Amino acid sequence: MTEIQQAAPLLRVNELHVYYGAIHAIKGISLEVYENEIVTLIGANGAGKSTTLNTIAGLLKPRQGTVELNGAVISGLGASKIVPKGLSLCPEGRRIFQQMTVRENLEMGAFTRTPGEIPASLEEMFQRFPRLKEREKQIAGTLSGGEQQMLAMARALMSRPRLLMLDEPSMGLAPILVEQIFDIVKELHDTGVTILLVEQNAQMALAVADRAYVMETGTITMQGPAQELLHNDAVQKAYLGS
Amino acid sequence: MIFLDNLINGLSLGSIYAIIALGYTMVYGIAKMLNFAHGDVIMIGAYIAFCGLQYWGLPPVVAILVAMAVCTLLGVTIEGLAYRPLRQAASLAVLITAIGMSYLLQNIALMIWGANPKSFPRTFINNSILRLGGLSMSSATVFTILTNIVVMVVLNLFISHTKLGKAMRCVSEDRGAAELMGIKVNRTISATFAIGSALAAIAGVLLCSSYPILQPTTGSMPGIKAFTAAVFGGIGSIPGAMLGGVLLGVIEIFGKAYISTELGDALVFAVLIVVLLVKPTGLLGKPVREKV
Repeated sequence: MTEIQQAAPLLRVNELHVYYGAIHAIKGISLEVYENEIVTLIGANGAGKSTTLNTIAGLLKPRQGTVELNGAVISGLGASKIVPKGLSLCPEGRRIFQQMTVRENLEMGAFTRTPGEIPASLEEMFQRFPRLKEREKQIAGTLSGGEQQMLAMARALMSRPRLLMLDEPSMGLAPILVEQIFDIVKELHDTGVTILLVEQNAQMALAVADRAYVMETGTITMQGPAQELLHNDAVQKAYLGS
Repeated sequence: MIFLDNLINGLSLGSIYAIIALGYTMVYGIAKMLNFAHGDVIMIGAYIAFCGLQYWGLPPVVAILVAMAVCTLLGVTIEGLAYRPLRQAASLAVLITAIGMSYLLQNIALMIWGANPKSFPRTFINNSILRLGGLSMSSATVFTILTNIVVMVVLNLFISHTKLGKAMRCVSEDRGAAELMGIKVNRTISATFAIGSALAAIAGVLLCSSYPILQPTTGSMPGIKAFTAAVFGGIGSIPGAMLGGVLLGVIEIFGKAYISTELGDALVFAVLIVVLLVKPTGLLGKPVREKV
């Protein structure tokens, strides 16, 4: 236990069970994210990582268990009520609004904020992602994959989340872009954003994270400091291909 | 001259179809359902305006506003009571519910206003004949075309510049992602029904100003044709509904004038079939993108 972890967690997931119809997708997982941490959730395809994030974000309803953000229960509220409480999900597959411009996408990210605050945040995003500034008026569907991922992350940040959840930000990107995305994750962390990161690229994820959880078929099978898991034999065998 | 007369009549009829088609296409785009009760909302709107003019002695503009208000409320109520509980249900269940709702509205109208056709009163919309060169046309014709242009411009500005309009575009493109932005999907869908139904009231008044016979089934045929127009233009696309509606009106009038009066309606659907064979997504419809 480090010092940070003795404070109350920013996010606490408690015995969460999620079903898709009759399929028991998440089988009672618990996890915590503390302020200023990067926590990663790794595991194979179909382990339930995205389902976990979607449930925390309120897109799916858990059948049992709770999600608390900063001590308040948010499970069951629905996504649109959770966003203003300071939690933002950058979803798998980016899901930017293809037919809107880059600027409009960013503005939609700030949907729940008062209009007066938006220009300053836009400026902040354009400074952090200069490429988006260049493409400001372009239709988002015409951006390259890497640019779309940056847009999706910037859009998620426009709500000023206390906790940013990233679902597979490196998916489908060339290695050089993957590195760029992870650099951005590190930068975001340095500016005080708390991050819960879901990745199939376990190597990269463990390298940037403080702590990690390993998921297998709906349960958490291992957890601990990211550096330890990075050198753990079982993790290496299963996820790092060595 | 006869050609021009027919063209103007076609544009006018097409404008009515276009305004109705907007309701179909917006609801389809945003709620992903076909609201077959939409045609009957038009009929209710026309009856309310009729009552306002005939029984309550309201000035025409007030009667139209009352009809719009009632239809807005009606549309939102229908959505909330009948369609919202089926949001996760199979699309066939929603479709059948919409057909049921259509019959319910017709029968309610039958209960309240009876089966005898009512004659829609004359108002400023249709009480004069305008002459332009050798052309003479009812003021209703001109009024309908102008209203359509105003509706088109205002709706486009609304969709592209207002917060609610943008929220509608987001929900239309990706409901889940819209929710992640903090957009309240149910409220956005309600607003869509409200706008569509208010437009239906306008369409009802315009329809009965040109064709002044009002009965409980008044909305069904124009409703079906406007739905056809929406598919013709590319369902889900607002400019598509406009284009499809206007073209359909022109085709119908020309078909009736030059080919066969009896087959006019059939021609409309024949054109639809041909267009869908050549371009299945409709004139301005976008092919569905595969999600990567």
